[in-house]
Amino acid sequence: MTLTAPTRTMTAEPGSGATVELRGVVKSYGSMQALSGIDLVMEPGEFIALLGPSGCGKTTALRALSGLETIDSGSILIDGVDVASTPTNKRDIGMVFQSYSLFPHMTVIENVEFGLRMRKVAKADRGARAAEALEMVGLGAHGARFAHQLSGGQQQRVALARALVTRPRVLLLDEPLSALDAKVRVQLREEIRRITRDLGITTVFVTHDQEEALAVADRVAVMRAGRIEQIGTPRELYATPANPFVADFVGLTSRIPGEIDGEVVVVHGIRLPLLGEPQPDGPVFALIRPEDVALATADAPGAIAASVVSSSFLGSLRRTEFALPDGSLIAVQHDVNDQPEVGDTAFLRLRMAPVAASARQQ
Amino acid sequence: MTVANAPVLVSDAAESTTRRHSPWGPATRRPDRGLAKYLGLTPFALYVVVFLAIPTVIAVASGFFTDEGDLTFDNVLGLFAPNVLATFGSSFWISAVTAVVGAVVGALVCYALLGTRPEGPLRSFIDSASSVLAQFGGVMLAFAFIAAIGSQGLITVLLKDQLGIDIFENGVWLYQVQGLVPVYIYFQVPLMIITFMPALAGLKRQWAEANATLGGTRFTYWTQIAFPVLAPSFFGSLLLLFANAFSSYATAAALISQGAQIVPLQIRSALVSETVLGRENMAGALALGMVVVMVVVMWGYSVLQNRTSRWQK
Amino acid sequence: MSAVDRATRLGAVRLGTEPSGIVRWIILGVVGVVFSIPIVAMILFSLKAGLAGGYTLDHWASLFDDDAARVYRNLFTGIGNSLLLAVVTVGIVLVVLLPTMILVHLQFPRLRRVLEFICIIPITVPAIVLVVGLAPVYSVVVRIAGGSVWTLAFAYGITVLPYAYRAIQSNLDAVDVVTLSEAGRTLSADWGRVLLFVLLPNLKRGVLAASFISVAVVLGEFTIASLLNRVNLQTALLQVSQSNPYVAVIFALLALALAFVLLLSIGRLGRTRRTGSES
Repeated sequence: MTLTAPTRTMTAEPGSGATVELRGVVKSYGSMQALSGIDLVMEPGEFIALLGPSGCGKTTALRALSGLETIDSGSILIDGVDVASTPTNKRDIGMVFQSYSLFPHMTVIENVEFGLRMRKVAKADRGARAAEALEMVGLGAHGARFAHQLSGGQQQRVALARALVTRPRVLLLDEPLSALDAKVRVQLREEIRRITRDLGITTVFVTHDQEEALAVADRVAVMRAGRIEQIGTPRELYATPANPFVADFVGLTSRIPGEIDGEVVVVHGIRLPLLGEPQPDGPVFALIRPEDVALATADAPGAIAASVVSSSFLGSLRRTEFALPDGSLIAVQHDVNDQPEVGDTAFLRLRMAPVAASARQQ
Repeated sequence: MTVANAPVLVSDAAESTTRRHSPWGPATRRPDRGLAKYLGLTPFALYVVVFLAIPTVIAVASGFFTDEGDLTFDNVLGLFAPNVLATFGSSFWISAVTAVVGAVVGALVCYALLGTRPEGPLRSFIDSASSVLAQFGGVMLAFAFIAAIGSQGLITVLLKDQLGIDIFENGVWLYQVQGLVPVYIYFQVPLMIITFMPALAGLKRQWAEANATLGGTRFTYWTQIAFPVLAPSFFGSLLLLFANAFSSYATAAALISQGAQIVPLQIRSALVSETVLGRENMAGALALGMVVVMVVVMWGYSVLQNRTSRWQK
Repeated sequence: MSAVDRATRLGAVRLGTEPSGIVRWIILGVVGVVFSIPIVAMILFSLKAGLAGGYTLDHWASLFDDDAARVYRNLFTGIGNSLLLAVVTVGIVLVVLLPTMILVHLQFPRLRRVLEFICIIPITVPAIVLVVGLAPVYSVVVRIAGGSVWTLAFAYGITVLPYAYRAIQSNLDAVDVVTLSEAGRTLSADWGRVLLFVLLPNLKRGVLAASFISVAVVLGEFTIASLLNRVNLQTALLQVSQSNPYVAVIFALLALALAFVLLLSIGRLGRTRRTGSES
């Protein structure tokens, strides 16, 4: 995969992004609560990802920010002003949808100019600014084409240019990459990140793909059932998840039966520090990361016997699944030069990293 | 009335899901049957040749021959006689007026149906009712209108007795060419509903949302986005309605018992009497004229349908 | 309507993509009333008791009189003919069109466009034009097969081609016929069995829709029958209306009701299939 060199960027005005705040936002549909009190404060120019499984309310929150959904109570503040009663077309936001949002009867350049036209920008200015925006997303030569002549990735770039050309205060992205091929997805997310950073624009990015969220965002808000479970930097969420749901959702974990004993979790005789709130003694699942398990020799202290179930080559590393004596499966990330065969026996060693623990019925 | 349900055919053509191999397998060792494998298609081919191709050829070509079989251009030239031209003119006029009214009213009804559940009772009822009315045999339609606005019709009498308005003050126009207008509109509007609804329902919500986020209003949505996107489909449907009215015979035949005010009725005269205007195979010439018009109109329709299907993907 | 649906509707009205409830009902109300006038007028007409005013069921009752069959002989002949024609036309659709469509779909995919084009021609060449050329053809047909009315079905098969084609084709497209027949073949079924047990059961919907539409079209056909001097429902209705307009209107209403039921059923067929597959 080649890294795209940055094309000409629009001039950045540091700190031009707005502060965005959601305070106690509640939204219900009849008896179902889509948002149960969302609190979120964003700094100017920050890139926040809303991450969660389907139905968690992340898209509802984004649409509430845009004005396409109304809220029942709470406030939505952009630059300190409550916009909850302002209609969408007056909120000065930019939005990129998952798909199909380009106007089919207009050329690419006409699509990009649309927002400028709505703001009564003069024709000459419009053309220049739209061309500049297209250059920024690398499609300067495609101005005269139509949407159906472009690939999915190109269409989303045009949508991005269209949203940004008016220099909105906030940029909202509703799963913009979900409909694209894997490779295009990775490429495009880097570009989105670079562009928003160059422009200094406050950005909210909704996704269900945790790898995507962790890769691009300054901070990630993990949501479930209308609530924010945890907000933090990707590193914080990964290393110190606030609860088992976050630990499980962000990154890969293996659930290994163990016991809580005071402030440690005992797993196969190994005592690991417990992450998060203290829990009462008793049976739990320890949530162990693949990189916290290593291949070892039989005589290493605390070595656990295991047999290979499956092994996958992932390019720069290998991930192998082992079956432990008690039947549970554990994923181990290791060097590609170790190539376990299915059925082999091996020994594993747990690193002394803190682990989260979730409840277990005995 | 005979073109109901036709439209989708042309747009479907653009999206054929053909597979490159047949289910017999790409490398089957079947004896090369050559032309014999087309045997299965012969019944249909024969049928279409005898009852569609041959009659069509006869219809359009007969205008070029006299009864004795000599080639002649008399009949075709006869098409340009003033009264025949007037007939074509009337046909055009009626078709255009009813197509435009039908298209506008039909589009309004489609708009009113936006947002209703496609499976729900309202939509299914309107779908079925439209199918029926678009197919409503011309004779029965004529009865309905005679019963409604004939000389003793329900509405005629109501207006006369209750409001003192006599709609037939200047002659009973129902049995003349003008009378065809309300009657044709009665099947044009349902045809428009059937034809145009898919296009209107195909407007993507994201376009309206994008319009809003980019600062547009409801007005800009409709004028800058929705109308332009719908235009090919609207005008395509309009052409279909035109073709529909132009080729209609039964209604006119039922209401106008003699005379040749529009082209189909002129064909009737030509078939029923030996010669029309002193020419022998006038019916053939008229048929040719009609086919030329129909081909042009339907070609325009298919061009517009292709544009629509490209955008509605 | 669920709360989510309601909220979506409100959002759409705000965006301008859907009409508000009032606008919707004004448009549908006005158009609905205007369009029901002719139907209502027909119903009231059939109940009218002559110039004296007042209403009566006499006209409807007269259909069941003992000598009704004699008095309205032409009309009943027309009805019988039309029903016969409908049956034969459906027969042609099932025996000639359907197998050809399946064959083309499976074996001659490149001919699909050609077939589609052929089935659209009857729109560009309407009945009034076709009939000019049918007269000579039918003089030959009469010499071979006699002058009875059922031969008209050959011409009708052509006029219903566009509708029948579309109904069957949308079924063929929705059901992956190629894959199904491949599956059948790999399970050792010969082509006869594949057709009978695999394909036809899955084409029921399209076949029924094509049949119903064909019946509706045949019942309403006037042009060809009239200009080829045959008697069918519509020509008989026109003739009867000269002497007894009441009975003519009654039968027009009945035919309308029948067509409505047929076309409503087609809609139903489409719907039950969809809900069935979602469960």
